Amino acid sequence: MHRASIAILSAGLVVAFATAGSAQNFDDPKDFEYAKQLLTMKPQGPEGKPWEQNLGGKEVDTSKYKKPGPYKVCFSNAGVDNPWRVVGWINMQAQVEVDKADIKSFTVADAGGKDDKQISDINSFISGDQCDILIVSPNTTAALTPAVEAACKKLPVVVFDRGVLTQCPVTFVNPIGGYGWGIQTANFIAEKLPKGGKVLGIRILPGVDVLETRWSAANRIFKEKGINVVGAEFTSGDNAKTKSIVEDYIKRFGKIDAIWMDAGATGVAAIEAFEDAGQPNPIITGEDQEDFLVKWQKEKLIAFAPTYPTYQWRSAIIAALKILKGEPVIGPTWKLPQPDITQETLASYVDPKMPPLHYAMCGCKDLPGYPQRWGGKP
Amino acid sequence: MTTVTADAPARKSVIAFARHINIAVIVFIVLYACVGFLQPSYLEPTGFMNFLRRSAPLAILAMGQLFVLIVGGFDLSMSALVTLTVIGGSMLANNDPANTWWTIAALYGIGLAVGGLNGVIVSFLRVPSIIATLGMLLCVDGTAMMWSGGSPRGYLPDNFRAFGRLVLHDVPVVGTFPIAVGVLIVATSLAWWALHVTVFGHRIFAVGDNPRAAELAGVPVSATRIVAFVISALSAVTGGIMLGGFGGVSVGVGTGLALQAIAACVIGGVQLLGGRGSVVGAVAGALSLLALFTLLNLVGLPQPLKDTAQGLILISAVASGALRLRRAG
Repeated sequence: MHRASIAILSAGLVVAFATAGSAQNFDDPKDFEYAKQLLTMKPQGPEGKPWEQNLGGKEVDTSKYKKPGPYKVCFSNAGVDNPWRVVGWINMQAQVEVDKADIKSFTVADAGGKDDKQISDINSFISGDQCDILIVSPNTTAALTPAVEAACKKLPVVVFDRGVLTQCPVTFVNPIGGYGWGIQTANFIAEKLPKGGKVLGIRILPGVDVLETRWSAANRIFKEKGINVVGAEFTSGDNAKTKSIVEDYIKRFGKIDAIWMDAGATGVAAIEAFEDAGQPNPIITGEDQEDFLVKWQKEKLIAFAPTYPTYQWRSAIIAALKILKGEPVIGPTWKLPQPDITQETLASYVDPKMPPLHYAMCGCKDLPGYPQRWGGKP
Repeated sequence: MTTVTADAPARKSVIAFARHINIAVIVFIVLYACVGFLQPSYLEPTGFMNFLRRSAPLAILAMGQLFVLIVGGFDLSMSALVTLTVIGGSMLANNDPANTWWTIAALYGIGLAVGGLNGVIVSFLRVPSIIATLGMLLCVDGTAMMWSGGSPRGYLPDNFRAFGRLVLHDVPVVGTFPIAVGVLIVATSLAWWALHVTVFGHRIFAVGDNPRAAELAGVPVSATRIVAFVISALSAVTGGIMLGGFGGVSVGVGTGLALQAIAACVIGGVQLLGGRGSVVGAVAGALSLLALFTLLNLVGLPQPLKDTAQGLILISAVASGALRLRRAG
């Protein structure tokens, strides 16, 4: 619906084509196989602290960055424009508080979801003398690459979440990613459904790499296993739109067996569409948002929640401090484990005291200020 | 559009009445016929009621926007007010059914303040409404984000959600009756009465047609404008309560709704520079838009094609509306 309004101004069309134009390969069999491998790997590192663990990877020597503390840490943030980033950002601030003995200053620039703003943020960080290290969470991959390359020449850089197209940062911290997500979710649905079972894909928006790869990996598996994908619809993450779309699909096909989602924020709305239509609940894959987990437990759903853990925001600070202390870090790519939530582990993640879109896989329970800092009730 | 042959006699008679009927009504009937052709369950009473339930929030927003459009302005702040209503509602009510009533009262209080401010800024500071309400959109959006920290902080209790979600079963004649349809009927009657019956309604048209002439004729121009903005804001709060009820809490719930409401009005024959429009047109325009969205969902086009089709159909609907107005002189 949002798109419709833009289209009135016709500018929407230009935007739509612009995003489609910068086509990257979101369906790479090599990356798919690599993610499959990572999923079977046993994480190394401290038990129970996945934000400090790694899947394979080599240590890089950081002795040349060694400096006496405390340090001036700078962070160029793409934005805090969705609940996932809100939770991650709070994690990061709490981690800074944990390490306050080592951190003299923590300077942050929020780009508000704009590439040009982030590029100038990074430029002003490297032209001043206020940073010993720069952490970057890039807004988009290609656009931020030159700015990050320029930063690498001046000071050590840590990138996390979305990547950049250069190996120059000391390390790039991220979980297994979209292919892993697609594999985990599609396998769950394929296991529970008979051949020819009907699945509806609910997606947020096209053109974002971490979302596109989730879908391409899942779709690949659905095809392999003979699952009937009746549609894949974009919802802009809007509950009302999601509910309408699912209602229409139920009407159109009579029965939908499973719902696959590339992000779980609208999971509850999708389930409500079945409730309101008087249909039995579908098999569903969501995400680690509390509202979905609470619903799952209450309605005894057949469900599965992959995660794109927000604890990586902690890892970025941990990596930055290690680098400045001259301790080896995993690099140039540090792959974090990407745990999932299943029926067996559900109970340990459900917490009705947390806000509806709190991400349960936050690894934040040991951080100062939990749970109030994350909006939870004590 | 293969339904034309099947509907031909019916459509002919409709066209005969076209001069007296708002074009949006015809657009809606045609679009809905297509929806019904693809998915006959939409033609059953339950299906139609469900469609109305879904359309109710946009229809109510369109009616609010209508007052501002007729008076010669725009209200872009609607989208943000819808978001604030849903997010603020979830935080105030805090999932406790006992809080629902005062929460709703507080939300209408916020709406009153926002609408009043819009009106005062436009009337007394002489800021063009498109700028004033765009600024208000940013302020209200920012407030919602600050208040919530950028992410929903609570759930809406079931009795709050009933306005958008609850469906009464075993109702005579229609079978099912969503509460949202009840709200829609009440809101439509109120809007129709205010705009087409009361003195205030006549003043709205007078101010929109020619503010100078209206002023000379003794119409309180500023007060009329302010009330129009207040009505628009109150409709946004109502729409927000219903959308939150239908879908639950989300941060982006209001995005783009003001433009959709304006589009609905234009399809319904409202003139963008003021002075012309009707409640029937606004509601029919909103229903047409929702029928279009539903139709595109049902056809199952790939997304880019869907966006393109949606854009083209909207532009042609608005263009034909403009053409009609010019012909009508």
